[in-house]
Amino acid sequence: MASRIEKHRSILDFTLSSLMRRKGKNISLFLVYTLVVFMLGSALFLTQAMKREASLILKGAPEIVVQRLLGGRYDPIPVDYVEKIRNIRGVISAGPRLWGYYYDPVAGANYTLTVPRNDPPSRGKIIIGKGISRTRMVYRGDIMSFRGYDGIARNFTVESEISSESELVSADLILITEAGFRDLFGLPAARATDIAVTVRNNKELPTIARKIADMLPDTRPIIRDEMVRTYDSVFDWRGGIVIVLVMMALLAFVIFAWEKASGLSADEKREIGILKAIGWETSDVIAVKAYEGLLVSFFSFTTGILFAYGHVFFASAFLFAPALKGWSVLYPDFRITPFVDPYQVAILFFLTVAPYTVATIVPSWQAAIVDPDSVMRS
Amino acid sequence: MIRGFFRKKIAKARLPIRKSSLALSLLGVSVLLLCLMFTHAYLQRQADALSIDRMAGVVGNLELTDLSLFTEARYTRHLSQTDLHSAFQDHPAALEHFPAGSIAGPPAGLRR
Repeated sequence: MASRIEKHRSILDFTLSSLMRRKGKNISLFLVYTLVVFMLGSALFLTQAMKREASLILKGAPEIVVQRLLGGRYDPIPVDYVEKIRNIRGVISAGPRLWGYYYDPVAGANYTLTVPRNDPPSRGKIIIGKGISRTRMVYRGDIMSFRGYDGIARNFTVESEISSESELVSADLILITEAGFRDLFGLPAARATDIAVTVRNNKELPTIARKIADMLPDTRPIIRDEMVRTYDSVFDWRGGIVIVLVMMALLAFVIFAWEKASGLSADEKREIGILKAIGWETSDVIAVKAYEGLLVSFFSFTTGILFAYGHVFFASAFLFAPALKGWSVLYPDFRITPFVDPYQVAILFFLTVAPYTVATIVPSWQAAIVDPDSVMRS
Repeated sequence: MIRGFFRKKIAKARLPIRKSSLALSLLGVSVLLLCLMFTHAYLQRQADALSIDRMAGVVGNLELTDLSLFTEARYTRHLSQTDLHSAFQDHPAALEHFPAGSIAGPPAGLRR
């Protein structure tokens, strides 16, 4: 047993010397490989973590939101629909939600104005999200002016800021009183933005949603599962820009492995020929090449994946930020919680390390089974 | 004296570290770092659980439906609440032009 271990250590020594002889080529190989794994790993970590975080955060979202559609488009809902929905068996509560958007030409940003049903701010006051505070540089006690539906400006005093801990859901929020909201947007008292519904049994959600749609045909109920699924599809790594990113990285990797698999250089062939001529067995030659592939791919994989982890969870995926931010002026400043799925890391490992190692072994095996003399002469 | 000189020489001569030992040590360090990565992820998740719960509380209290990730347009801000043809909502030829549209795919209902 000890002699076998010693033999393999000697083969490993030889492999490392062989790698060191082609230092430039192998270092560039390592860098490209690491970059591919880094890109793939970053996309994987970011999407997986955001999906999990969104589903955990949105578990507090309303169970059903009922919108009114007019001409196929969203329209404020009559408040008397609330009573009709409350009368459906299985519904615990239903209440109107008041929220809307305000475009601020000063910051060039869209704010979301919401009327909280619990603990609203005092009259004439607002509570703002950290994103707004940062962008507009307004703080507690400052006054913000909004142009109303009639063109007249309304002033509101900032009562406080929403904790930065919840910035991911509140960066652009402005909490306002119901009176302030209706006065600013000119929304009649008989209308609300939509209706939030709570039901007794979660399993009944689709049934109750169907009952609402049957009873009020001009409405569109959206259940919480659909809200969570929206973010699943946004951060689904098979969808959107992520697929482009992944495909590009995979394509780069395929080209790279193909180059490796397509043949050996004259030097490598000569080396194999000499090894065979001095008495090495084919299995030893294959072992050298297998170690070579494993060493390069394993170290590239670990370096790439560790950098990807640091990039996403310590540096908030700053390389992907331009794609995520888009044209948003207000963007939440948040740290992503590392929901890392070992299964996906394992898939990435087998998708990158295994094909590369195989691609290294196959041409060497082809060279090793040929007569050493002809290999050296070729 | 001569014997003493050779003894000194012998004591100074050291076997060079084998390349395989170095590679195996590096391999061990890499595996350790990978384990540390998973451990850090686990510990950080535990540490963040309370903050995520509080965020879910804010979502529940304010009856929010979406993350404030894409604030560039009203129909990208509340992705789960937009109408099915939001890309065309301004006029019939208004194709999606916000960068967020390249990340968020069309609603599942349209892809069926």
